[in-house]
Amino acid sequence: MPAVSKGDGMRGLAVFISDIRNCKSKEAEIKRINKELANIRSKFKGDKALDGYSKKKYVCKLLFIFLLGHDIDFGHMEAVNLLSSNKYTEKQIGYLFISVLVNSNSELIRLINNAIKNDLSSRNPTFMCLALHCIANVGSREMAEAFASEIPRILVAGDTMDSVKQSAALCLLRLYKTSPDLVLMGEWTSRVVHLLNDQHMGVVTAAISLITCLSQKNPDEFKTCVSLAVSRLSRIVSSASTDLQDYTYYFVPAPWLSCKLLRLLQCYPPPEDGAVKGRLVECLETILNKAQEPPKSKKVQHSNAKNAILFEAISLIIHYDSEPNLLVRACNQLGQFLQHRETNLRYLALESMCTLASSEFSHEAVKTHIETVINALKTERDVSVRQRAADLLYAMCDRSNAKQIVAEMLSYLETADYSIREEMVLKVAILAEKYAVDYSWYVDTILNLIRIAGDYVSEEVWYRVIQIVINRDDVQGYAAKTVFEALQAPACHENMVKVGGYILGEFGNLIAGDPRSSPLVQFNLLHSKFHLCSVPTRALLLSAYIKFINLFPETKATIQEVLRCDSQIRNSDVELQQRAVEYLKLSSIASTDVLATVLEEMPPFPERESSILAKLKKKKGPGAVSVTELEDSKREGGELNGGGDRGPDTSAMSASNAVSRHSVTSNLSYVFQSTPSPSADLLGIRSSAPAGTAPASAGNLLVDVFSEAGPAAPSAAVNDDGFLRFVCKNNGVLFENQLLQIGIKSEYRQNLGRMYLFYGNKTSVQFASFTTSVSCPGELQSHILSLNVQTKQVEPLVEGGAQIQQVLNIECLTDFSDAPLLNIKFRYGGALQNLTLKLPVTINKFFQPTEMSSHDFFQRWKQLSQPQQEAQKIFKANHSMDTEVLKAKLLGLGTALLDNVDPNPENYVCAGVIQTKGQQVGCLLRLEPNAQAQMYRLTLRCSKDSVSRRLCELLAEQF
Amino acid sequence: MTRLAKWYMQFDDDEKQKLIEEVHAVVTVRDAKHTNFVEFRNFKIIYRRYAGLYFCICVDVTDNNLAYLEGIHNFVEVLNEYFHNVCELDLVFNFYKVYTVVDEMFLAGEIRETSQTKVLKQLLMLQSLE
Repeated sequence: MPAVSKGDGMRGLAVFISDIRNCKSKEAEIKRINKELANIRSKFKGDKALDGYSKKKYVCKLLFIFLLGHDIDFGHMEAVNLLSSNKYTEKQIGYLFISVLVNSNSELIRLINNAIKNDLSSRNPTFMCLALHCIANVGSREMAEAFASEIPRILVAGDTMDSVKQSAALCLLRLYKTSPDLVLMGEWTSRVVHLLNDQHMGVVTAAISLITCLSQKNPDEFKTCVSLAVSRLSRIVSSASTDLQDYTYYFVPAPWLSCKLLRLLQCYPPPEDGAVKGRLVECLETILNKAQEPPKSKKVQHSNAKNAILFEAISLIIHYDSEPNLLVRACNQLGQFLQHRETNLRYLALESMCTLASSEFSHEAVKTHIETVINALKTERDVSVRQRAADLLYAMCDRSNAKQIVAEMLSYLETADYSIREEMVLKVAILAEKYAVDYSWYVDTILNLIRIAGDYVSEEVWYRVIQIVINRDDVQGYAAKTVFEALQAPACHENMVKVGGYILGEFGNLIAGDPRSSPLVQFNLLHSKFHLCSVPTRALLLSAYIKFINLFPETKATIQEVLRCDSQIRNSDVELQQRAVEYLKLSSIASTDVLATVLEEMPPFPERESSILAKLKKKKGPGAVSVTELEDSKREGGELNGGGDRGPDTSAMSASNAVSRHSVTSNLSYVFQSTPSPSADLLGIRSSAPAGTAPASAGNLLVDVFSEAGPAAPSAAVNDDGFLRFVCKNNGVLFENQLLQIGIKSEYRQNLGRMYLFYGNKTSVQFASFTTSVSCPGELQSHILSLNVQTKQVEPLVEGGAQIQQVLNIECLTDFSDAPLLNIKFRYGGALQNLTLKLPVTINKFFQPTEMSSHDFFQRWKQLSQPQQEAQKIFKANHSMDTEVLKAKLLGLGTALLDNVDPNPENYVCAGVIQTKGQQVGCLLRLEPNAQAQMYRLTLRCSKDSVSRRLCELLAEQF
Repeated sequence: MTRLAKWYMQFDDDEKQKLIEEVHAVVTVRDAKHTNFVEFRNFKIIYRRYAGLYFCICVDVTDNNLAYLEGIHNFVEVLNEYFHNVCELDLVFNFYKVYTVVDEMFLAGEIRETSQTKVLKQLLMLQSLE
């Protein structure tokens, strides 16, 4: 047998390595290395031409120095020279240096390619292999361009040596993976498939990796491989343990090749040909039988090799999911492994059983192992094994065992490793919801979850319990009672306070009859937690308090006092201060009717997929949550009874009611109300806080970002999609694509306006050279003045996920019809993005509402009777004709909505004055809906005719 | 201390260094009762310890754990045969030969040859070349 003595061949190298090893300190090592580098440099620069041996030795030393972690900036040319040596050892060192050091983009690649070409055509198998290995190791695009057509030829040529075929197959695989477009299918493909029949098992082993990869991409073209793979597998499986000689490993015939054959078959459905299928089933049975035979060796290598094949066979059985007999046998086999003394096997059995649990044929068989799995969860020493046990419990859970499994998981949570708590929490929450027959059990489970692992209970989980409680009135009283009790604990988790605040604010009345939980007791209990909580929770509590005032008028004085105290009304946090001020005002001025309307119970949430499930999927990555889980949730959808989610990171319950804005600022963007809430403007509370819904886009963001950002697309066209949506509102998302979200928030007084622009980077990559500019086209220049744009220029860099703000001051000099344009430029991953948007500055923004009596109105109406002062349009309704919606829009317009003016109560009349710097323009508006015809007639009369026309144009699009 | 690393995907040098450190941190804390598999980023590491030396392979999560675990052992047996009772120093002094052994058995991130006899025969033949 061959033997190698230390450093034979290159004595100088061995000495150098010894020296380095003997260095006592890092400094000494660096000194020695620098000395050597100087020496090598002088040799390479010297007048005397170096012989091949010296060159090899020095290049090898440089490589060693590089591998120690030092930069090497010379010697590349010498390495390239070694490639053209005709001595193997010199060539080998040259190739090695290049494979390890050469960055695939390097200029040197071209020089190297020349040498590779020579070696590939040398007909010397050793040299050919060196060249192929180099291509396989570097795998650059330049190499693919140069050799992608040559290598298939080498691979299938009749006279190619076996070892070269092996290298060529894998070399081609690497090129296919890096540059699939350059590897063209052709006549060689069918011949590659036939390598599965090759006499040489090594060739089959190498070729099958290539074939598997190609089959995944082009299944039809390679489907003949199925029958070839089956017959090859059958020959191996049925051979005696000594038949394959070189390829028998610890009495197991060709274990790696068997695994690869079984893996290849998993690219395809079960064979259609009965004979092929029969043969395959026979193979699978034989593999399962062998697992029961006494081992031929006590060595772990023997059992590992055997079980490697067994697990791969089970994967195939699960993949087919069509042979109940095999599935159940597989399950029994894995059941034995669950108690095996080898940790590896227990781990793999748990993992594999997890997929078996989702097959309808084996689900019941898997369930019989529940006690063993629970035991594993409690006793396994390796956290990754416990994790698999938890996964399996989750997968085998159904209605029959849900209570047991959830209870076990909850008790495990108390001691679970930190690394897996969050996921465990999500799983418990999902199971509790999915299999809840009795919702009090569900509420208990979630509150327990918060108690045991509050820190790991994400927003999705507590949003969800609230959604469900809101949607199911049979559990509301129980929820209020339970959460009230949970809050009695002296130290309870902030998430408990959030749930408590929300539920008591909505349903506290259901338990208020009991003197132990009277309104004031409830309030005092909540308020006792207030000062320990973070700002978002306090904000939520403030909303709960205002709801209390509505639910329990007797608490009004106490709560007003709390709201009035300096720590609330002068709180340094804007959100808290605003809530305190608004709620205090609201509670003092609004009538009970108005209060009851504004603060009425939250409406049910629309049914949608659980946001928690979405979160788990996101956490585990695509594909990690088994497909059946999705099907399950569909199948059992009727029993879900839950609410929907309004995007994974918004405050789901704040959307529909402007006053109970439990704002949770999402991580990405400043989110706005997307539809104006009728009650908001009635009360004079413009939604100026982040609230409402944000588009959920996290899912396929990555893919979409790339598709969008591929070729730079400087879009010069003006985007005015968002423009018309802002005629009747001031805040919202103006624009959004995969990269960027632009939100605006604006306020107007008299002829002045201020607009805040929020630019949110939705990607994880920095935007560079971010610039914005505002221009006023045409005559607009003299009609609107935008001040401060230059002085408040934005930062040129916007970090991934960050949001920046810009303020725009606007002054209306005279009336106008065009809108200013906002141009945004930035670089995203090198591509220049260019975007122009119409800013929603419209003439109606400068309205001052004017209240007037019916008499005054019609008098002025008659005064504005010149034909050009009137603009009228009759148009079809594009949106809901609901009264509240219409009212909200008209109020959003900025005019006063006049009641009892028009003799026909179905009609709406409004009055207002547009304030420009130079003049005031009085405007009267009349909107006559015809619900039957779904039509409107809109009439405007203004003291200036251009304003009538413009307002008519703008408004005709709003209804 | 990493004696040898072989990469089958593109990484820049800093990233490589980071990966090496992370793998080291993940693997060396595990004890003998643990499995030979550990999740790592979006992959998994399959490793085996021989005296003070860890041999680690990072593969796709769907790859066959035991096949790669024995792939490591097969490789170690070849080294043992080739270097006559291999020890860590052999790998240090002959690092450039170890690369050759790796390429004979694993190429492009896949198994190239599993027969110890064939690999050793080939290595012996290369050894005899000048």
